[in-house]
Amino acid sequence: MAQETTKKASSNKVMAFLKENMGIIGALLVLCVFLAVFPATSGSFLTSKNIFNVLRQISTNMFLACGMTMVIILGGIDLSVGSIIALSGVLAAGCVSRYNLPIAIALIAGVLIGLVIGVFNGFVISQTTIPPFIVTLATMNIARGLAKVYTGGSPVRVVTKEWQFIGAGYVGFVPVPVILMIIVLIITALIMNKTKMGRHIYAVGGNAQAAVFSGIKVSRVKFFVHAFSGVMAGLAGIVLASRMYSGQPTAGEGAEMDAIAAVVVGGTSMAGGSGKIGGTIIGALIIGILNNGLNLLNVNSFWQDVVKGIVILLAVFIDYVKNTKSKA
Amino acid sequence: MEHIHKRFPGVYALNDVSYELRAGEVHALLGENGAGKSTLIKVLGGIYHPEEGNIYIEGKQVSINGVRDAQKCGVAIIHQELVLVPYMTVAENIFLGREHGSGILINRKKMTEEAQALLDAQEIHIKADTLIKDLTIAQQQMVEIVKAISYNSKILVMDEPTSSISDKEVAFLFQTMRKLTAKGVGIVYISHKMSELEEICDRVTIMRDGQYVGTEVVKETTKDELIAMMVGRELTNYYTRDYQQPGETLLKCEHISDGNMVQDASFELNKGEIIGFAGLVGAGRSEAMKCIFGLTKGFQGDVYVKGQKASIHSPIDALKYGIALVPEDRKLEGLYHVQSVRFNSTIEVLNQFIHGVSVDGKKEVDITQKYIDMMSTKTPTQEQAIGNLSGGNQQKVMIGRWLATDPDILILDEPTRGVDVGAKSEIYSIMNQLVKEGMSIIMISSELPEIINMSDRVYVMAEGRVAGCLDHTEVTQEAIMQLAAN
Repeated sequence: MAQETTKKASSNKVMAFLKENMGIIGALLVLCVFLAVFPATSGSFLTSKNIFNVLRQISTNMFLACGMTMVIILGGIDLSVGSIIALSGVLAAGCVSRYNLPIAIALIAGVLIGLVIGVFNGFVISQTTIPPFIVTLATMNIARGLAKVYTGGSPVRVVTKEWQFIGAGYVGFVPVPVILMIIVLIITALIMNKTKMGRHIYAVGGNAQAAVFSGIKVSRVKFFVHAFSGVMAGLAGIVLASRMYSGQPTAGEGAEMDAIAAVVVGGTSMAGGSGKIGGTIIGALIIGILNNGLNLLNVNSFWQDVVKGIVILLAVFIDYVKNTKSKA
Repeated sequence: MEHIHKRFPGVYALNDVSYELRAGEVHALLGENGAGKSTLIKVLGGIYHPEEGNIYIEGKQVSINGVRDAQKCGVAIIHQELVLVPYMTVAENIFLGREHGSGILINRKKMTEEAQALLDAQEIHIKADTLIKDLTIAQQQMVEIVKAISYNSKILVMDEPTSSISDKEVAFLFQTMRKLTAKGVGIVYISHKMSELEEICDRVTIMRDGQYVGTEVVKETTKDELIAMMVGRELTNYYTRDYQQPGETLLKCEHISDGNMVQDASFELNKGEIIGFAGLVGAGRSEAMKCIFGLTKGFQGDVYVKGQKASIHSPIDALKYGIALVPEDRKLEGLYHVQSVRFNSTIEVLNQFIHGVSVDGKKEVDITQKYIDMMSTKTPTQEQAIGNLSGGNQQKVMIGRWLATDPDILILDEPTRGVDVGAKSEIYSIMNQLVKEGMSIIMISSELPEIINMSDRVYVMAEGRVAGCLDHTEVTQEAIMQLAAN
């Protein structure tokens, strides 16, 4: 009996989620159906090769978007993640090519430097009232600068099969980044939905003052979330560097914006306190599939940006119309 | 306003409501939360458009289709939440949207002078070039009033203007209101405080469940009659309180100081007792409680719980000693607005159903339901966003949230502020039930009748000190005010 009610409750939750995100789920389906049916893309879109290709391309943005979802629900923003990609990538590549360290150590170093920047963000943001926008704007520049200083501005190459495994390798027929992406998504979903920390993130983002009265350690929550976001960016950095055979100081430029786009398209409010990781997944899929579709259609990259911007606006607009309707 | 109808999906918000305001009168609009007062006001202010009904101003039928229309018709509304721009000056706020000047350039000097003239005319001692953020709430209200006057408004609507200002400021507000009515301005006055009606209002219109109940002349009616009209039944036991012999001393606070608002305050609380804290706004009552609840870092003084010296540095420590605090400002310090009733009910007791990464969903639902039932909270579902509930139901969820921690000592800071009469009475009866079952309650309140009728003993604070303690057998409004004002 008890199990039944829980089951029912969880299926209700799924229904509620679908209903809430009808707009963007619809947009995603329309996009997929269009690409599958349209003559110019019907042959190439729905192939398993292309689908895994899309998922692999999405993975970098998805790592960032996982951290960004938490940060935005907390009521903040993390602009430093794009630069962390570069710093993490060049450091990991440098560990191999300059210091001859084992690849595993190099990869861990890449993730750790992400953690360090994230911890620094978290420390300043939790201990002061300086807005997260400013703090992470500063660390964005610092991290990007350090990546350029370390490399002198040119890529650090690593051309070994082992190095490529994490970014371009396969387990069976599934690309490694896709597996990593699924693991990260599960961890993020667990934190957000199943832990006390998750509830506390929603509470602090919803009303920080009330959270203080609730006895929630607000600074610890802020610290954790920014550190998590840093780790995610570090992970994205090593995956990208692995796929590109090199750590590039210009990698991930503007990546923070794609992550923010995925989060807001996914229905998370920039005001904080509400949002779901499920929405972010759909948001990242929309942006990723759109990029892929435009490539298949041979649309030039300048126009791709224009189309992407319009789609972001459209997706958020659907949400807006739906919300104002349900309120009136 | 005659025969106004307004329907929302699923709700008949206004059903044939009529309301008449004469020039120069203060006409109260009374009703529980959800009675339709705000909707009626929004119709008048042009925010909602009614499906049926007509509005007449000075005998002429008018059609109000927007905020601008309302302003043109001489209607000005002062909302409960003040809507001034904090980083602009008083003058800039008064003339917001119709700045003086030629072309795109603003004539700041002329604007400031004119604003100052308006302020002086009302004998309001505020400089027109002050930033709004540097004013007190009461002063900001005065700016709103001056802004309304500057539109040559004939009809002024005030939505709970006294809910967050001190008695002294209320007196000044009433003075200003009388000056306006003497000039023929009609004032629509919304308030939950019955005592204010007698003082300032000429007539009162009562609404219930979106319907018009009646209009009375204030002087010819009694408080009990009005309450009966509001709730639709006689509230025979508005206050429920069965006094009992208190048990041993549970909480003893000695020489509490926070270096600012609280100076050397000492008091004690016995088991099974309600103690009231009375005093003027700013007397340090809330601040003293914040010390005990661990919200004030580095306060001085000693707190003893059950005879043991307690070391409290955070709310988590306080909860360990069985102390819970329902904060004063629900919106600011309590609610997670966009989250559900369930989220809001259980945020204090996550330990009871979240272990690692496993959530016992059934237990979460059960805990929420237990306190919904106990407080008789009205909510369609547990998933309902708490921001959509009425003030009274929000407050019930807040109290339930802290009761879920199973405290021995419950601190209620203004437990009935912004709560309608029916829910107030229910909250009193729950408080009575709780102390009967052995809980001890500290209640801070600025409503003297509530303090007098509910407390075993009343501590009166003034300027951060405990000015005196009165037993419930000897407590009167006069005795409290005398101590509070010393």
